[in-house]
Amino acid sequence: MNDIASSSFVRRDLLAERPAPVKTTGFVGLMRTRLFNSPTNILLTVLGALLLWFTIVPSVRFLMVDAVWSGKDRAACLTENVGFAVGACWPYIQAKLPQLIYGFYPEAERWRVNLTFVLAVVLLVPLLVPRLPAKGLNASLFFVAFPVVAFFLLHGGGIKGFGLSWTAGLLELFDDSIIGAGQALLDLSKTSAVGPLLWVVGNFVVLIGTAIHWLILPLTWLRDQIQAAGQSVWADFAVTAVIVSLIAFGLGGGLRTGWRALASSIVAFVAIAAVIKLMGLDSGGLPVVATNLWGGLLVTLVVSVTGIVTSLPIGIALALGRRSTIPLIRIFSIAFIEFWRGVPLITVLFFATYMLPLFLPGNFTVDGLVRALIGIALFTGAYQAENVRGGLAAIQRGQGEAAAALGLSWWKTTSLIVLPQALRHVIPNLVNSFISLFKDTSLVSIVALFDLLGSLRASFSDPKWSTPSTAFTGFAFAGIIYFIFCFGMSRYSLFVEHRLNAHRRN
Amino acid sequence: MSDPIVKISGLNKWYGDFHVLRDIDLDVRKGERIVICGPSGSGKSTLIRCINALEEFQEGEIVVDGIELGPNLKHVDAVRREVGMVFQSFNLFPHLTVLDNCTLAPIWVRNIPKKDAEAAAMKFLERVKIPHQANKFPGQMSGGQQQRVAIARALTMNPKVMLFDEPTSALDPEMVKEVLDTMVDLAEEGMTMLVVTHEMGFAREVANRVVFMDAGQIIEANTPNEFFAAPQHARTKLFLSQILR
Repeated sequence: MNDIASSSFVRRDLLAERPAPVKTTGFVGLMRTRLFNSPTNILLTVLGALLLWFTIVPSVRFLMVDAVWSGKDRAACLTENVGFAVGACWPYIQAKLPQLIYGFYPEAERWRVNLTFVLAVVLLVPLLVPRLPAKGLNASLFFVAFPVVAFFLLHGGGIKGFGLSWTAGLLELFDDSIIGAGQALLDLSKTSAVGPLLWVVGNFVVLIGTAIHWLILPLTWLRDQIQAAGQSVWADFAVTAVIVSLIAFGLGGGLRTGWRALASSIVAFVAIAAVIKLMGLDSGGLPVVATNLWGGLLVTLVVSVTGIVTSLPIGIALALGRRSTIPLIRIFSIAFIEFWRGVPLITVLFFATYMLPLFLPGNFTVDGLVRALIGIALFTGAYQAENVRGGLAAIQRGQGEAAAALGLSWWKTTSLIVLPQALRHVIPNLVNSFISLFKDTSLVSIVALFDLLGSLRASFSDPKWSTPSTAFTGFAFAGIIYFIFCFGMSRYSLFVEHRLNAHRRN
Repeated sequence: MSDPIVKISGLNKWYGDFHVLRDIDLDVRKGERIVICGPSGSGKSTLIRCINALEEFQEGEIVVDGIELGPNLKHVDAVRREVGMVFQSFNLFPHLTVLDNCTLAPIWVRNIPKKDAEAAAMKFLERVKIPHQANKFPGQMSGGQQQRVAIARALTMNPKVMLFDEPTSALDPEMVKEVLDTMVDLAEEGMTMLVVTHEMGFAREVANRVVFMDAGQIIEANTPNEFFAAPQHARTKLFLSQILR
């Protein structure tokens, strides 16, 4: 006090460090500073402790202490047989586990599901660990190759053609529908009041269709030749490989710099050929397991992984579309987003499953699971679009201007500057939607798909395991499974957020 | 006298009904340093933003190094490759390191291999005297350092003309000097520069010509000596008396 009372002060001796008078570290410090430092906090601490006491203790009792761990049927889980109030009946889960994981997937073929799970883990884990190399190859294997392989593994069946016949078939379908539309207009013109106009338009449409027909004739002719020659898959494969490799070579820069592109294209096709041969796709492939036999965790994972992987690109495209300056794109995006956000998921699933087949033309059918998948992907895509838009709105205009001033095109500005920043801002929201999607997959059980929860409920009706605690055990088990997946996603998103936002820490 | 590298003729721009730029004619010769000043809202930033087509305009023509830029903005990409720009708020890409900020455009616009782009970027970072910060993120640097990185980033594209839109207005007074020094160095190397600034000291020291704008038009353009010593127009005199006190 007296030192600095006068207007000038110069310190002579530097003060030594000394410990704080009240302990603020360790357990005692925690109690003092965080738990019991004020009457309100004491009250809250006591309440919190009581809450834990009344939730944790009964849970542990039910799941572990009072649980029955082994047995052959319901008799093992009945109070009168074991002599105490029975908690969880684990032998029931044990007995039903195959059904909970595979549904009605034929027992002899379940190795295919296991193999798919293993492949997924083997490809996904290195993708999630930032330190591991070759992210590009890894990502293309997981996002492109894996879905195809998984489809042929899980569903089975082979292929009759390859790229060439698929392209030809697709173009033919497109062309047929154009001609069909033109014919419909011509038919209508006979009865309609504006007949002549419809007649003109109809003829014009048919003309376009015919022109396309002649345009794709070389392709369809080649396809027919290959189909007729036998060994159609491999001939088609060879032709496709040559065409695609040449295109890659040309796009890669031709004789000067195209060799790399050519080499990677050839390697990719060799890999595809190996997979085709290994899985016998050219000779009918594995026996087909129809999707109505799939069930349990398999369906839950297929639906949620497909939903997660496809909804994000859909969301990004819609979010960019909604901010587009081109009115048509903007209006389409807004209408799309508002429509899908405006209807409940159950309605979407019902519509996709029961009403869509009524609208589709004649012999055109889409598998029930695929319909649900598309419904969920579009539904979640609309939500993701709004999440992404939030991130886009947070990017200052100057970022785009700076990129433009450097000569970057709109696509490069968006993909290199705007999106990477926007997506980082909204990682919590994106993962939020993923988690909610994962749990919403249980809604597919209302459209006759048996996901984990659906299979569980189906198993309740088995009289062999009907005990008072069966349902509780089942739901507890399903809850634990869902929690593991959701909590995993949540923690991983935190990790990613922390890592990608390194630039925001000083 | 050589042909002008930037030739602005009959430039008119409206924001809706508001006439922001009125009949601007301005020729910039190669190696010339032009300082554009004027009260806020006079259209000076809008003018230089028109040169690299960050703003569109309704009438007139801008020719940059022989490339025409009309109201339809047809040759935007070609012009932007010739013109570098430095912004008031830096606009560095916060998710990229300083080095990546400087290599992004050379790699993605000019298709230069990453190694070469990095070597070139380091050269420019040395020129603005921050090579040792190359692996930092912009958010970890001071405003002055960020603005120098922004200058280096623009230079990596080897522009023929550099535009500066109030480069020191968002800086602490202590950091203004380091940025101005960098700009003086650049001027001494013969870069063609158009600078919107309120730094009259910089205008005196570096500029060949000072252009004074008000209400969307060029009021007066003169050599710095004449401009500061003997302003002609009454509006110029008023402006100078406001800022030089």
